[in-house]
Amino acid sequence: MTTTARIQFPRMPRGPRQERRYTERPRQQGLVQRAIMEAFRKLDPRLSVANPVMFVVWCGTVLCLLLTLVPNLLDARATAADRGFNALISLTLLATLLFANFAEALAEGRGKAQADALRRTQARTEARRQRPDGSTEMVDSSTLRRGDLVLVQAGDVIPADGEVITGVASVDESAITGESAPVLKEAGSDVAGSVTGGTRILSDQLTLRISADPGKGFIDRMIALVEGAERSKTPNEIALTVLLAVLTQVFLIAVATLSPVAGFLNQAPSVVTLVALLVALIPTTIGGLLSAIGIAGMDRVAQFNVIATSGRAVEACGDVNTLILDKTGTITLGNRLAEEFLPVGGHSSAELAEAALGASCFDQTPEGRSIVRLAEKQGAVLPFDAASASGIEFSARTRMSGTDSPEGTEFRKGAVDAVKGFVRSRGGTVPDELDGCFEQVSRLGGTPLAVCRGGEVFGVIYLKDIIKPGIRERFDQLRRMGIRTVMLTGDNPITAGVIAREAGVDDFIAEATPEDKIAVIQQEQKLGKLVAMTGDGSNDAPALAQANVGVAMNSGTQAAKEAANMVDLDSDPTKLIDIVTIGKQLLITRGALTTFSIANDIAKYFAILPALFAGAGLQALNVMKLASPKSAILSAMVFNALIIPALVPLALKGVQFRPLSAEQLLRRNLLVFGLGGVVAPFVGIKLIDLALGALRLV
Amino acid sequence: MLPWLLAATTLAVVALTAPSLGRYLFDVFDERPQPAWDRWLNPIEAGLLRWIGDNGRSADTAMGYMLPLLISNALFGALALLLLLVQPAWLNPLGFGGLRWDLALHTTISFLTNTDQQHLVPEQSLGNLAQLGAMQFLMFVSAATGLAVGFAVIRGFSGRPIGSFHRDLLRALTRVLIPASLLLALFFLVSGVPMTLAPPLEIITLEGGRQLLPRGPIALFEAIKQLGENGGGFVSANSAHPYENPTLLTNLVSTWAMLIIPAATIDAFGRFVGNRRQSNLLLALVFALLLIGAVVAMTAEQAGNPVLERWLSGGNLQGKELRFGPALTGLWAVVTTGTMTGAVNGAIDAAMPLTILTALFNLFLQVVFGGQGTGIAYLLVFVLLAVFLTGLMVGRTPEFLGRKVEKPQVVWASLILLIHPIFVLIPTALTLAGGTELAGISNPGSHGISQVVYEYASAAANNGSGLEGLGDATPWWNITTSLSLLGGRFLPIAALLALADGFRRKPALEPSPGTLRTDTGLFTSVTAVVLVILGALTFFPVLALGPIAEALSLLPVKTLGAIGDVLNLAS
Repeated sequence: MTTTARIQFPRMPRGPRQERRYTERPRQQGLVQRAIMEAFRKLDPRLSVANPVMFVVWCGTVLCLLLTLVPNLLDARATAADRGFNALISLTLLATLLFANFAEALAEGRGKAQADALRRTQARTEARRQRPDGSTEMVDSSTLRRGDLVLVQAGDVIPADGEVITGVASVDESAITGESAPVLKEAGSDVAGSVTGGTRILSDQLTLRISADPGKGFIDRMIALVEGAERSKTPNEIALTVLLAVLTQVFLIAVATLSPVAGFLNQAPSVVTLVALLVALIPTTIGGLLSAIGIAGMDRVAQFNVIATSGRAVEACGDVNTLILDKTGTITLGNRLAEEFLPVGGHSSAELAEAALGASCFDQTPEGRSIVRLAEKQGAVLPFDAASASGIEFSARTRMSGTDSPEGTEFRKGAVDAVKGFVRSRGGTVPDELDGCFEQVSRLGGTPLAVCRGGEVFGVIYLKDIIKPGIRERFDQLRRMGIRTVMLTGDNPITAGVIAREAGVDDFIAEATPEDKIAVIQQEQKLGKLVAMTGDGSNDAPALAQANVGVAMNSGTQAAKEAANMVDLDSDPTKLIDIVTIGKQLLITRGALTTFSIANDIAKYFAILPALFAGAGLQALNVMKLASPKSAILSAMVFNALIIPALVPLALKGVQFRPLSAEQLLRRNLLVFGLGGVVAPFVGIKLIDLALGALRLV
Repeated sequence: MLPWLLAATTLAVVALTAPSLGRYLFDVFDERPQPAWDRWLNPIEAGLLRWIGDNGRSADTAMGYMLPLLISNALFGALALLLLLVQPAWLNPLGFGGLRWDLALHTTISFLTNTDQQHLVPEQSLGNLAQLGAMQFLMFVSAATGLAVGFAVIRGFSGRPIGSFHRDLLRALTRVLIPASLLLALFFLVSGVPMTLAPPLEIITLEGGRQLLPRGPIALFEAIKQLGENGGGFVSANSAHPYENPTLLTNLVSTWAMLIIPAATIDAFGRFVGNRRQSNLLLALVFALLLIGAVVAMTAEQAGNPVLERWLSGGNLQGKELRFGPALTGLWAVVTTGTMTGAVNGAIDAAMPLTILTALFNLFLQVVFGGQGTGIAYLLVFVLLAVFLTGLMVGRTPEFLGRKVEKPQVVWASLILLIHPIFVLIPTALTLAGGTELAGISNPGSHGISQVVYEYASAAANNGSGLEGLGDATPWWNITTSLSLLGGRFLPIAALLALADGFRRKPALEPSPGTLRTDTGLFTSVTAVVLVILGALTFFPVLALGPIAEALSLLPVKTLGAIGDVLNLAS
């Protein structure tokens, strides 16, 4: 019985987040070395052609290398004396390519490490597959297909994601959730009906229907995502790539046409300097870091113990306008506890306690068990023999549960109006005080449960709801970010209103049915809003599918997990808020580095143009007073190359997100990345120029 | 001091009159009741629409708007081309014959695209029938086409259906351009501008020689030239000629007339989207850009050439009408290039390099009030790009006017960014590579580069002014600039319509604290920077080799020497 009790509690992850990992922290050692190796491998033009900006750099590098070997290949005036300079430019260009490759490889490496950790949870095992005739055969777990029936016994590792068909067993899910206590799995239950591959069954046996083909499970999809193997670009990333590609073309035309224009003044610059100008102007910084930013974003989601099935979903998180949250487990602590009995209709508190005990003896929800505890504490005894009585389960339709005693007496408890209806249907009358008690409890933010025996109302149980500490502050943050929160609860409107006010949500829907969830989502979406929600039950599945971001709890049903685009392994509904932050961080990082990259161009012009056309009388534009034309060009190129590794940590960690209003965020980030992007290269190029001068390189 | 006061007054009058005309344009293009007009214009418009078989309903797609635009423009162009190729004797007192094919083609395309670049001397090649039936006709319809496109784009951004091209074209003519031109023509007439079909006046000069003074129906020509951002002169000297621009007052009123419709269109945009704060900030932005340009050009012209200052004083008087003086000619140069009018009241070729730099800068940006209707459209494209680039930094998919800026919008906006490099830089490079013989470049060095870049920039931006030392009446120039004219006109229009139509189909969101607000001073400054970086930075190398190098060459030799000492020029 103790295991049965365990499962009924929604599992709340405990402890600080960083200790709640289900996987070991990915190995960091060797990452950098491997990334360096990868950086060279990625020089393969077949790989680099995928990134238009960097491919232009690649072509420029090859051209410069050729001109280093044969200086007068394209220009008869060039002599072997140019070789040294050409070589230096070629090297900086090569460095630019390698740095960009390194950034991507490092992000991928971290993703791979994460993926390896994930992969270890799904070691290949033997599985007992059931033949149609009922006998079993031993097969390798990798041969299991969706729909196969599998028998697992105590001590087995569950071979794949599946749904429990028959049996009750306790399962150790610590491999993926980090929770050491075993959980009960049984057929036909919303919260306990699904098992995940890689977990271990501790007692009894289960028959499972496999729900995913090999390589198609959640973990597999996550592995593909963090590894970047099947990474499809997100919509926003595509739009940005288009703009960067067009900017590259614009600058390509600007630089390519420069030769004849300058030739009119007999100032035609050498091909190598033109390549340098082109590479300096095209947005290499963001071009080189773009994919690393995307991969790192997915990686961050994984580190939060959330499995995302697409990058699109993570990006959509940043855009979410409305969060739909279940009250229980998200806003309030999951377990409401019976606090007090409020008798009505001339009944004593003891009589009510007895009736409540009678109505709750089969109720294994935390609420039910707390009622039993409170009643027993008050000395109540079960008025019938539990063994021959039958329990009536709670349903969303009746909104009541209870017990039919062996004598046929109907003990019921449930929502006050549901019980009223029941009492009337049994020919009883409803005492007037009942409404008073109902309101009294509701105003306290508690849930009133009416108790009756047949047609006789005994009173109200006050179930106390506890709002999670700190939740109010989180909702305030969300409001500042422009995100509306809607609380859904089965509670009556008064209770819901009290809780909503105390928790600080923007809106609530009381006495909500699962259909209401979909209705609310559709209503918001009709206004063009993006909606995120969490859910676990089977009846949440349509709503999870309808929502733009649906986060299923790992404790939830297979149906819910499949409808969702993310699964939270910790089953912590508040984590939705963290995911929103990750989504925003991803977008901000991309925008910040784009702005920085484009703002850099101003300084680069002032460094390179006067140097390029020294003979055209443009010396006055040399505002940085760079030592010589060659040093100026080389300094700009070195800056251009070095800025990529300098920004790699930022790209991987993401720009810090603060829950500020859009206006404040824009002001802040513009100052740092916009103004910084204008000023930084002036300082950087000047310093490099001084250093080159000191080294006597040019 | 006086020219500055006059300039300030003119710009102040633009700022003061723009809102009322903006309100008027809003009424016209949002089809609000205008009782005074509706009573007798509605039947005419309805009748005309019925005659061409258009039901006047809004187009469902960008193509539905673009197709009638292309067909009607092709028709307009064909008619004008025919008239130029075969000039009949009627209304042709001097008996000019048809134009050479490339010149006729270039002139037609140039007027059809609202550019009015002229590679011919009109008073020596066009009779009154061609001036009226081809040139003035195209001036009206090209301006109306521009306005129609502008308001179709505004409608799209405001979430309305983009409208019907024929209906917009008609209403632009009947309710805006024709009445406004008639009023302005009346003013020009009173100021002494001729309006006659009489043959040229034959006069005996003081020296006793005989001279033909060309005249014609100039007053109305002049009105639509300025109001419609056309800029093509009835005579070659354009607004420097006393018949086109006789007094200081006509000069200032012309300056006002060039600015007023683009300014009012920006104001009308605010009314369409229900956010006048947004349109006022955009107006402030372009006003600021105009003011910076005006101060640079007016100062440069008034200061004159520093190399000549030992011998000459009174500013740069070369190529100037003394009636207007250097400063007001500088202002005109900035206004005419900013608004894509292209009319000139002095020789820009002889202006100071900084004035030419400002003019080129305006041509590259195309938004310093910008062309008829297209000005606001380009401005919105830059706002969209600013939103996309910086909007990500607030952690959301960027939104403009409640709608998300996503891939299709970025694609169309980016294509518009590509037009100028393709149609300005590539032909410039080809021409300069071909040498002076092909190019007819009349100046060596940096000024020669400016001449070529300016010609193509003026064509692609549909401006029409030029650095007229250029020998441009050749097939090479006629054909290559024709390509730039067409490319700079119809490709962006197609992209703009597609952009606007896609935009209007997106769901509009109510703003929340998490939404990036575009109607703030901060964001307007961001737009200004994006405008300069994306719109003009591409051209910085050619600007550096052209006007900037020329400007630097005028710096006192001592300063140059000092800079040279610091720099290691040995390499």
